[in-house]
Amino acid sequence: MAYSKELIDHYENPRNVGSMEDGDSNVGSGLVGAPACGDVMKLQIKVSAEGIIEDAKFKTFGCGSAIASSSLVTEWVKGKTIDEAGEIKNTDIAEELALPPVKIHCSVLAEDAIKAAIEDYKGKSGVADEGQDAAE
Amino acid sequence: MTANTWTQNNPLYLDYQATTPTDPRVVEAMAPYWTEKFGNPHSRNHHFGWEAEDAVEIARGHVADVIGASPKEVIFTSGATESNNLAIKGVAKFYGDKRNHIITCVTEHKCVLETCRALQQDGFDVTYLHVKENGLIDLDELKAAMTDKTLLVSIMAVNNEIGVIQPLKEIGQLCRDNKTFFHTDAAQAFGKIPMDVNEMNIDMMSISGHKVYGPMGVGAMFVRRKPRVRLVPLIHGGGQERGMRSGTLPTPLVVGLGKAAELAKKEMAAEAERLHDFQHRLYEGLRQRIPEIFLNGDEQSRIPGNLNISFAYVEGEGLMMGIKDLAVSSGSACTSASLEPSYVLRALGVEDELAHTSLRLGLGRFTTEDDIEYAIERISKEVNRLRELSPLWDMAKAGIDIKSIKWAEH
Repeated sequence: MAYSKELIDHYENPRNVGSMEDGDSNVGSGLVGAPACGDVMKLQIKVSAEGIIEDAKFKTFGCGSAIASSSLVTEWVKGKTIDEAGEIKNTDIAEELALPPVKIHCSVLAEDAIKAAIEDYKGKSGVADEGQDAAE
Repeated sequence: MTANTWTQNNPLYLDYQATTPTDPRVVEAMAPYWTEKFGNPHSRNHHFGWEAEDAVEIARGHVADVIGASPKEVIFTSGATESNNLAIKGVAKFYGDKRNHIITCVTEHKCVLETCRALQQDGFDVTYLHVKENGLIDLDELKAAMTDKTLLVSIMAVNNEIGVIQPLKEIGQLCRDNKTFFHTDAAQAFGKIPMDVNEMNIDMMSISGHKVYGPMGVGAMFVRRKPRVRLVPLIHGGGQERGMRSGTLPTPLVVGLGKAAELAKKEMAAEAERLHDFQHRLYEGLRQRIPEIFLNGDEQSRIPGNLNISFAYVEGEGLMMGIKDLAVSSGSACTSASLEPSYVLRALGVEDELAHTSLRLGLGRFTTEDDIEYAIERISKEVNRLRELSPLWDMAKAGIDIKSIKWAEH
């Protein structure tokens, strides 16, 4: 599969790999995907009191496209408000990385991951919201 | 294969089950038949034809020698796919109105499975035997499945993905006892493990040129004469190859297959020993550096030179991207067009999440000791790096049972 330079870069030099303290009330964690599908993304955001994402970390089990998509998302969310981060579309991710059609689902998962992290954060900070499927 | 620095554009070849390089000695043997001795082997009236025919018959003898057959029982085809189609459809069409039950196995190559499915459309009854966790069929299950309507059992000698060797002699005996034809797809076995069509009661066998250091585009088929197996041909025409496969034989390719067979017979034992040693070293080398790796398929009953390994918590395509200086293949869904994990690994009971993490490593005639060391180094480095990126590895280290988590399927 011919991957773009951007994708390969994120795969070889992933940004923001790591974990945050899930117990921290400023941290929102999203865990999406399934091992049986070959794609699992864990994405965590640290949100300031003003609602700005100060830091983001990820860990991914998946192919090169999945790793690159999640790495890119952690780069993009930093400095955004949680509402702005929630606006990130998988199509933007796919375009930036020039994902081949068969890999578009990786970008969808990355979008799901950031949304899941935001939901988790909102849940902790008392904002009413419907539950998420993935447990953590 | 002597480059010191392997790169994506010039990787170290470790995919010998996919194909093998044509042995230079085979290329040399084929050379005169392109422009010098270029005759049609079926031209009866002049030296060009006779010369080509002689070369074909010598090649036929070499192929027969490898499996203990008579040259009269060997025909040439375009490859094992064609041979598999001819064997299965051929007997089905000939004997099908009397006996219409076929038994095969879920781990067969797609060309056998698809051929059987096509026959099901035509009203044939097909049983797809399951395999045990080690990839081998259960002989009791086979025996129980056989009836007086069973025309044919088709079980591959060596599996292309996991390298396991099926119990051919025992299968052959069961078939003989039930008066059922025994066909085996020997594409991965021919020239690699000793096989004797009489000892093993094999009635038909498919052979592939490019799996045994011969050229691509040619294969062969063994069709027993005593007792006689009759087939309806797939390809009609001038009646070449005893009427079973019409068409002008590609002399250079046939000569190549013959030479490859000759070399295989001579070198089989020594090569097997060498590859077995390398295989052992590779597996042990990886095991020492990487915890939680699993060999797929029986450890003992396998050809030397194949290792299909699952590296838990690291996805296969992701891993292959990291080792792009190694030419290998993966049982991961991402690398198959359908996004489904390998059906062979599934048949072994390997769970999807482990199937996604597998690599198939194939060693062969031109693999060196340095290659083994290099592979161990590169694979362990990448696996360990990707584990650091993996949330599943974190969970495993923390003692969390991944199976207990309620994942959202998407």
